[in-house]
Formats: sequence, C-alpha cells, structure tokens
Amino acid sequence: MGVVLEARDLNKTFGAVTAANNINVRIDQDSVVGLIGSNGAGKTTFINMVTGYLKPTSGSIRYLDRDITGMSPRQITQLGICRSFQIPQLFGNLSVIENLQVGVGIASRSPRGGPDARMQEAHEIETLIERFNLGGYRHHRAGLLPEGIRKLLDIAMAVAGRPQVLLLDEPTSGVSADEKFRLMDMVMSALKTQGVTVLFVEHDMEIVSRYTHRILAFYEGRIIADGEPAVVLRETEVRRYVIGEHGHSAAAAGENNDD
Amino acid sequence: MNQFLAIVIDGIIYSSWLFIIAVGLTLIYGVMKILNVAHGSLYALGAYAATAFGGYWLAQGYPPIGSYGMLVLAAVFVGLVAGPLIERGLLRLMYGKDEVVLVLVTYAVFLILEDMTKLAFGVDPLSIPEPYGLLGSFEIGELMYPTYSLVLVLVSVFVAVALALFLGRTRHGKVLQAVIHDREIASAVGINVSRVYLVTFTAGVMLAALGGALTAPTISVQPGIAAEVIVLAFAVVVIGGLGSLGGAALGAVIVGMVRAWAVHKWPEVELFSVYAVMALVLIMRPKGLFAAPEARKI
Amino acid sequence: MQVNKPSQSLKRPPAPGVDRTTLMLVGALVILLAVGPILPRWAMFMLNVSLSWGTVVLGMLLLMRTGLVSFGTGLYYCLGAYAAGALHHFYGIADVAVMLAASVAVAAAVAVVLGFLLAKYRDIFFAMLSLAFSMILYGLLVKTSALGSTDGFGLSVKTIAGFPLGEWERNLMFSTTVVVAFCAALGMHRYLSSHQGRLASAIRDNELRVEYMGASVRRVIHVNYVISAALAGAGGGLVGIAIGHVDPEMAFWTTSGEFVFIAILAGTGSVLAPFLGAIIFETVRSFAYEYSPNTWQLILGTTMLLVIMFLPGGLWSIFTRRKAA
Repeated sequence: MGVVLEARDLNKTFGAVTAANNINVRIDQDSVVGLIGSNGAGKTTFINMVTGYLKPTSGSIRYLDRDITGMSPRQITQLGICRSFQIPQLFGNLSVIENLQVGVGIASRSPRGGPDARMQEAHEIETLIERFNLGGYRHHRAGLLPEGIRKLLDIAMAVAGRPQVLLLDEPTSGVSADEKFRLMDMVMSALKTQGVTVLFVEHDMEIVSRYTHRILAFYEGRIIADGEPAVVLRETEVRRYVIGEHGHSAAAAGENNDD
Repeated sequence: MNQFLAIVIDGIIYSSWLFIIAVGLTLIYGVMKILNVAHGSLYALGAYAATAFGGYWLAQGYPPIGSYGMLVLAAVFVGLVAGPLIERGLLRLMYGKDEVVLVLVTYAVFLILEDMTKLAFGVDPLSIPEPYGLLGSFEIGELMYPTYSLVLVLVSVFVAVALALFLGRTRHGKVLQAVIHDREIASAVGINVSRVYLVTFTAGVMLAALGGALTAPTISVQPGIAAEVIVLAFAVVVIGGLGSLGGAALGAVIVGMVRAWAVHKWPEVELFSVYAVMALVLIMRPKGLFAAPEARKI
Repeated sequence: MQVNKPSQSLKRPPAPGVDRTTLMLVGALVILLAVGPILPRWAMFMLNVSLSWGTVVLGMLLLMRTGLVSFGTGLYYCLGAYAAGALHHFYGIADVAVMLAASVAVAAAVAVVLGFLLAKYRDIFFAMLSLAFSMILYGLLVKTSALGSTDGFGLSVKTIAGFPLGEWERNLMFSTTVVVAFCAALGMHRYLSSHQGRLASAIRDNELRVEYMGASVRRVIHVNYVISAALAGAGGGLVGIAIGHVDPEMAFWTTSGEFVFIAILAGTGSVLAPFLGAIIFETVRSFAYEYSPNTWQLILGTTMLLVIMFLPGGLWSIFTRRKAA
C-alpha cells in the first residue's frame, strides 16, 4: 500500500486566525479516512487546501509523486482528486441527468478519460443513477430536489470525475438521522470496486467508527489524534475537544457552517 | 506652461461636472446594488425641468438672479416626483432579482423616460442661457473662463463635502453606511431598509437632476443627451469602483483630466480616451480602484 | 455488430439533426426562399434586416446561456459592417461572399484578443467592460475622417462568390441572408445540444462545480464569446450591405441595448427565438416610426418591463410552458 496523499508542514492563516497549524499527514492508497473536529477546527480548510480552493500559507501537498501545492482546483481535479461540498454544488437549472452528463462529459474528455471514454458516457451515467438510487429523479431540476437527494447528486458528481482520491465535506449533514447510514452505504458500495481513497468530514461518531479505517481529529487547526477509530475515539483530548463531553456538543454545532 | 495650466483648469471644471452627474449613480448602486441606466434620463429630465422652471421665472419678469434658485428647485422637484414614483412603483417589485436583471429593468425605464420627455417637452432643442450669461467671465493669466464654471466647481465640492459629512458624522449617514456594508445585518438590527431605499433613490435622482439642471444653461437641451451622459457616468463610477463615493470623486478627476488633456493635445482621441481609461482600469482592477473584497463561497 | 445495436441507443444521446427544431428551421428556410421573390420591396427589406439582427442576437443567446449579458455587442456588429464596407471603400471589392468572410474574420479576430480579458469578467462588470470596448470603437470612428467620421460611408455590391448579382441583386441578397441565418441557427442548435453547449448552462448555474469537475470555465466563455462575436460580425456585414451604408452609431451603446432588448423579449429557449424576436422588433419599429415616432421607445420599455415581470423566459417560453407543466 503506497502513500497517495501527503501534507507536509501545512499552515494556513487568515489574518490573526490560524486555520491550519503545522499539519503533517500521509494517506495510504485505498484507505477510508474520517476527519472529525468541532466547528472551525480546520477540517474544511484542509480539504480546501488539498483541492486548490485555498493556497496554503506555507508547507506542501503531494499527490502520488507530484507536488500539487498551489495548483488550481481544475488542475487538481484533472489529476484525480475530486470532492463534494458541504452545501451541494449543482447545476440548479439542469436536470439530474443533465448534471451527470456535464460531469461525466468533462471527465471523459480529460486526458485521464482514455480513448474509449466518450463512448461509455451514457453507460456511466446510468451506473451512477443506479448506484446512487437517483432513478426517480432523472428529469427533475437539481435546484428543486430535496436536500438529501441534492447531497447524493453532489457526491455522484464527485464520483463522476473518476477520482483516485475522493474528499467528501460532511456528506451526511442535512440528512435525517435514519437516512445517514443508507446514504453512507450507498456511497461506499459505489466506490468499493474502484480502489478509491476516501476522506470525509463527519460529525456523527457512529458513522465515523463504522465506515473508516482511520480517523484524523482536528482541533484549532492541528491534528490532535490520528489512528484507528477505536483508539482515537477513546483519547481524552479527542473526547474533550471533539466529542465535547465536558462542554457543548460538537455534533450539534456542526449543523452550522463549518470553519 | 500656459497650456498645462489650461489643461488643469479645464480638467477641474470637467471633473466637477462629471462628479455631479455620477455621484447619484454610485450612491444608488452602493446602497441598492442597482446600476441605474435611467440615471441619464433623470439628468435629462432635470435639464428640461430647468428650462421650464427657469423660463417661467424669467418670463414673469422676476429678477434674473432668482433663476439660479429655479435650477435647484427644478432638480428638487424632479427628485421628489420621479424618485418615489420609480422606486415605489417599479423597483420595489424587483428587489431580490439578479443585478443584471435590474440593469435591464432600469434600461427599460430609460427607454420609457426618453419618450415621455419627448412627449412632455417636444423634440426641438430648448435652452436657458441666462444663468450662464449673467455671470460673465473671469481671467486666469491670459485664459478666459465663464464664471458659471466656477459655480459648477463650487457646487461639486459642496455636494462632495456635504455627502462626506452626512455619511461620516450623522446618525442617518451611519445607518446608510450600515446598509451599504451589509443589507441583511442592517435589517436584522432593525434598520428600516425599505425607507432607506426610498430616500436613497430619491436623493440619487435629485443629484442626477441637479447635474442636468446645472448643465442646462450651457447646452442646448434636446433628445439624446441622456444616452450620452449615462455612458460617461458609467465610466466615472466604474473607474472609481461601483458604490464608492470616494471612487466617484477619483473617477471624475481621472476622466476629467484625461479628457482635458486629450482636448488640448490630441483632439482626435477625446471621446476615445475616456473609454480607453475605463477599459484600462477595469482590466487592471476588475472591480474599479476602490473595491470591496469578496467573501469565501464554500 | 448487431448485438451492439440496442445498447448503442442507450450510449449516445439522440443524434441532433432530425429533432423538431431542425425541422422547423428547414421549414422556415424553404418558406422564406420560396416567398422571397413575391414579397413587396419593403417587406423583403424588413425581413432581411430582421434575419440579420436575429443572427446577431443568436450570438447573444449563447452568451446569455453562459450567464453573460453584453452591453457591447455593437462593437462586433459595427466591426463586421465596417470590414465589409472598407473592402469596397478602399479596395473596390464588391463581392458579397468576400465581404461577409471579412466581417466574420475581423469580428472573430478582435474577439479572440479581447476574449482573453473579458473571460475573467462576470455580471455587470462583463456588461461594463464590453460596453467600454464598443464605446472605444465608437469614439475612434467618430473622429476618423478617412472612414467618414460621424457620417460613415456608403457601400455597394456587384457579385457573390464571383457570380454577378445583376438585376437579381435584391433577391439574391435576401436569399443570402436567409441562408446565413439558417446556417447560423442550425449550427448553434447543434452546438447547444453538444457537450460544449451544455457546459454553457452549467457555467451559468455554478462555475465552481464546473472547475471542480476539471473543465476550464474561462476557456468555454472565451470560445462562446468568439462565436457570438463572429455572428454579430456576420449580422453587421449583412445589414451594412442591405442598407448600403455604415456609420459609427452601430457601435454606440444604444444599438447594443436594442440587441439586448430583442434577446430579452425573445428569450433563450430556442435558436428560433432570436429571429422571431427580431422580426417582431423590426415590424413594430417600422410601424411605430411611421405612425407615432415619439412613442416607439415607450412601447419598447413597457414591453420589456412586462416581459421581465411576467415572462422571464421571454416570448418563446409561451410555446414551451405547456411542456414544462
């Protein structure tokens, strides 16, 4: 198992606020990693830096054997790092199928698409619709879908980009408690066969412990714990600062905008 | 040296005029986020109203000095009538729409006002030269200037200082700045945004009309002046940064000086130069010289 | 081979070329070419200008689908007209095909350069910068005595692709406009239903997602901008030839405003809409000029407000509304 993604001495400051404080982490190929932490702990900042939305103040990010620090979101996506968003980023006036047509269309025209990719487009769209159970919404306008479905479509769009590394920013936020597991099952089974490395931000500790191999716990821009879920979730610091046993509930706070 | 002086003085006069015609536009944009294409028509209405009010005054044989008061009265009248009418009757139905859609809405208002002006005042050129002629001229070195230009400069400085004091020193001005800064927070803390809009728009219209009324004595007032003025006003506010009052002043000075320079040194590029500067500033600073930073989206 | 057939239909979107819009376009082409010769002179001229304007607005439709409204289309419209005119004015070239090729080429070439700048701009800033560029051209032309300053200059045509127009000039010019408009509309229709065309709508809705799928928003906008400029150039060339005169007014912002008006009136729902909008616009204008010259803009403005308030999709949405419901 090789290292697919590596952050070295990553720092990000906004004026006086430190959103990332000396982050060092290596992510193994094919692993599923959970990012936890209370509001403003630096999870989304980390994802935003990896995907090029934010430029780190210092430090570097490597993907496979390339330095991707400071590349644009487009370049990074073209290399195979795709993401979903806390607030779904869809084409609101287009139907579900058109959204996927655009997504798959772009991916299959990229250099990574391969010579036959364009012939496979329609097939790929159908597969995505099936895997994410979007069949009933095929011709509905994305802007008018219920929140849970928008979330699914947003993730399906990220998957349509044929990722090597997939970053999901709070995939289950805005989804009702009993739907969360169904959604995660769907996402994980959609990715199972493809050998994709997944990083996702999550506030629900039950979900994190069930679906991940590894947890990174963020607090004030630092990673305060890193390891197997069972171990990390037992650590005192994590229990205090992330799960919030001695203070306010981080899970509840997470309903608002992160970071 | 003489020519340099002439350029500077012409530039100051032209800048003052530009500031008066543009400041209302930037005020309305700053508060309401509406780029008002009809601003030029309101300028034209002010000019027409000035010929009517001033003409009436002089025809009655009242002392000509009072015609200056009539110019101002014309502007106030246009502001108080057209401002609330357009804001309450039309724009209020459009709030929340896209900025570009609002541009189209005011473009429609521009078209409507063009013809309403023609219907009300006819298509023949009108004039009210008395306030201009009355003051005579003065000399700087060997150069002669109409004293009326001095009035324009003084009015422009007065408007600028009054607005700056109003915004910086008074309670109402601070309320306005709160709305400019963040509409939602402003209404959350109990500011009556709807009323602020009404007052702002009326004030903006009044300033446009004042520009027209003060210009009326120096030009022949006829159809087409609205379309010419609005693009100049756009150039001024876009250069300075939409919604910034300081920006409008800076934009006016830049455009005024560039044009004065062109008129003296290279008359062929006079009109071209204004828009070339506008394009150049937009290219270097896409949101104008005084622009607010943008917030994070995700 | 035969085994593959059923899935083939699943894999490929329905081939553009036989859908309803195409049929309507071909129908319009046939009808216009057939009735052309029997139309009265004024009607033929009006239709000629309308179709030329429709071609310009077709380019605006593409930009509007991409989420951009230009208040400076007059730049390319005027460039196209002057390019055609200049060939005649300076070189004595009077061939329609050569002139139109020049119109398109000059407009597209300028758009390629300016596109690098404009592709970075959105919303009112796009509108303002495009306005500034068209006013720059206006300012230049007004003071260029070699090009007739404010009066512009006249032009005339003698041949089309080497073939003499002779006494058939009016008919042949009309047919040329019809064919150019048809090709533009059909090409645009196919472009819009391609991947590249869908990207336009995607950009209007959410640029961030487009970049995060790995496509370049700026490149798409740049390409669409050049296409729209080329169409404006063609329209300008056609109008210049039809009227036999060009002047700087073509670059003034009010000309661009009229194109915006037609685009809003017609809506962006179909490639046929701009032509329908232009025909309505020209017809109303011709009659208004005749009977009530001082209420023409009043009608325009009021119509525009009504369309914005009650028909945000433009007139075309009346036809498609039933389907959507």
